[in-house]
Formats: sequence, C-alpha cells, structure tokens
Amino acid sequence: METDFTPFASLAGGVLIGLSAIVLLAAHGRIAGISGIVSRILPPAVDRAGLPQGIVFLVGLLLAAPLWILVTGAPPVQVVSDNGPLLVIAGVLVGFGSVMGNGCTSGHGVCGISRGSARSIAATMTFMATAFVTVFVLRHIVGG
Amino acid sequence: MHIFSTLIAGLLFGTGLILSGMANPAKVQNFLDLFGTWDPSLAFVMGGAIMVTMPGFWLVQKRATPLFHDVFHLPTRTDFDARLVVGSATFGIGWGLGGFCPGPALTSLPLAASGTLMFVPAMLVGMMIAKYTAAPFPKSIAT
Repeated sequence: METDFTPFASLAGGVLIGLSAIVLLAAHGRIAGISGIVSRILPPAVDRAGLPQGIVFLVGLLLAAPLWILVTGAPPVQVVSDNGPLLVIAGVLVGFGSVMGNGCTSGHGVCGISRGSARSIAATMTFMATAFVTVFVLRHIVGG
Repeated sequence: MHIFSTLIAGLLFGTGLILSGMANPAKVQNFLDLFGTWDPSLAFVMGGAIMVTMPGFWLVQKRATPLFHDVFHLPTRTDFDARLVVGSATFGIGWGLGGFCPGPALTSLPLAASGTLMFVPAMLVGMMIAKYTAAPFPKSIAT
C-alpha cells in the first residue's frame, strides 16, 4: 500500500521528538530511549528509583493519541497489519533485540547519534540494514 | 515541576511520533521498501530530531548538572560487543516485520488496532526475556 510523502510533517514530528529528548536530558539527565525507559520498569530487577519517572513518561506517551483526536477531531492515520502471529513474532523480536542491543530507534538512532556515540552509530546501521532486508524479503520474495 | 516535565516529554514524544508518521506501520514499512512503494518521509523524522538534539544536547551538557538531579546519566560504554550487534540486528528484523518500534507501538496502544494489541504484550515479554538472559540469576534468587 502506498503512503504519501510528507517531508514537512515528518520533519516537524522529528523536531518534537528532539525537543522531548532535550527536556529529558536537561531536566533529568536522562537519554530518551524508549526501550530503556520501558525495560527498566519491567521485571527482573525493576529500577525502583526510576519507576515514578518511567511511568509518568509512559503516561505522557499514551496520552498523545487521545489528545491528538481531541484537538484534530480525527484519529491519526494508521494502517496496522492484523496478521496476529506475524505481529507477535515481530513484537518479541523488537522487545528482545532492543533490550539486548541497549537501544532502539530513539536511544541509538536519535540520541546516540547526536552524542556521536560509535556504539549507537554501529547499532543504527545494523538495525537499519536488517530492517531493509526483512522488508525486501517480506514484500518481494515471500509476498511476491 | 520535575514530574510535569517528564509528562510533557512523553507527550511531546508521542505527538512527534504521530505527526511524523512513525506511528503508522505502513509508512515505516514503505520507508524500508526501497525497491517497492518507497516513501522517504521517515528520513526527515530522524533528520528533524537530530537537527534539534545535536545542538540541544551540546548546550545542555555545558551545565554541570541537570535541573532536577545531581548527575547526568549518560551511557559511558564505547566497546563493541556481540550483544550490541546481535541485539540490534534482531530488533531490525522485528521492526521490518511489524513496522513498529517500541515508542510508536506504545503511542498506538490507545488506538487499539488489533495488531497493536498483539504486538505490545509480545514486545514487553521480549524485553523481559532479554533482561533475564542478561542476568541469568535474578537478584531475588541469587541471594
């Protein structure tokens, strides 16, 4: 399915994400890495000291879509596959991989690259590469 | 005030994900589909974010401490290990399969698409498995 090229909305959205990362760093000295924020408040070894901040950040994240609907009057455009087994496998891989690799698109892809971290640059190149290959296989080899 | 700043950060992040199109798995997969229905929009998300964070982080770190804490909690590791590469590679496969990474999946939760409701619990389980494998003996058992 085709989607529209939206350079301005995407750039503006990126700026908001960047501002959020600056707020977290300036206020709390923390990196805005979603996989890190979420995994630290999950067992085993829950980060009790960071628990309230982690939960509040998640609440903010979860309020974004309802607030978007309230302001714009329409739900965000979204097409999610309803292939259950595929999404469960995808979810496990995303959760497992991002925690094992110490970061995801936000922590490595935005914050890490901004800090010039060699680990994050390597991680971002790695997950970009496997994601491109996965979509190629999914759509052009398996899907045909 | 410090709790409020965290709430605003979460809200900004989620709104940014929605506005940018990152919360739309179809758009993410089209970004990753170079040889098909390629939609380059998402390069602008990362570009927009880094354009702001690069100078922003530099300015913030000129302060001795963050506003509400004593120290900056920044990653200090510089080594490359197998977990970084294998973990990131695994994450990328899942991202390509589902079109969701952690932030957009959680932001999409209130929209309650059936795929999201399957993806998010599976992702949380995956995170817990990774934490268990990193620490084979959880503190509660090891003591």
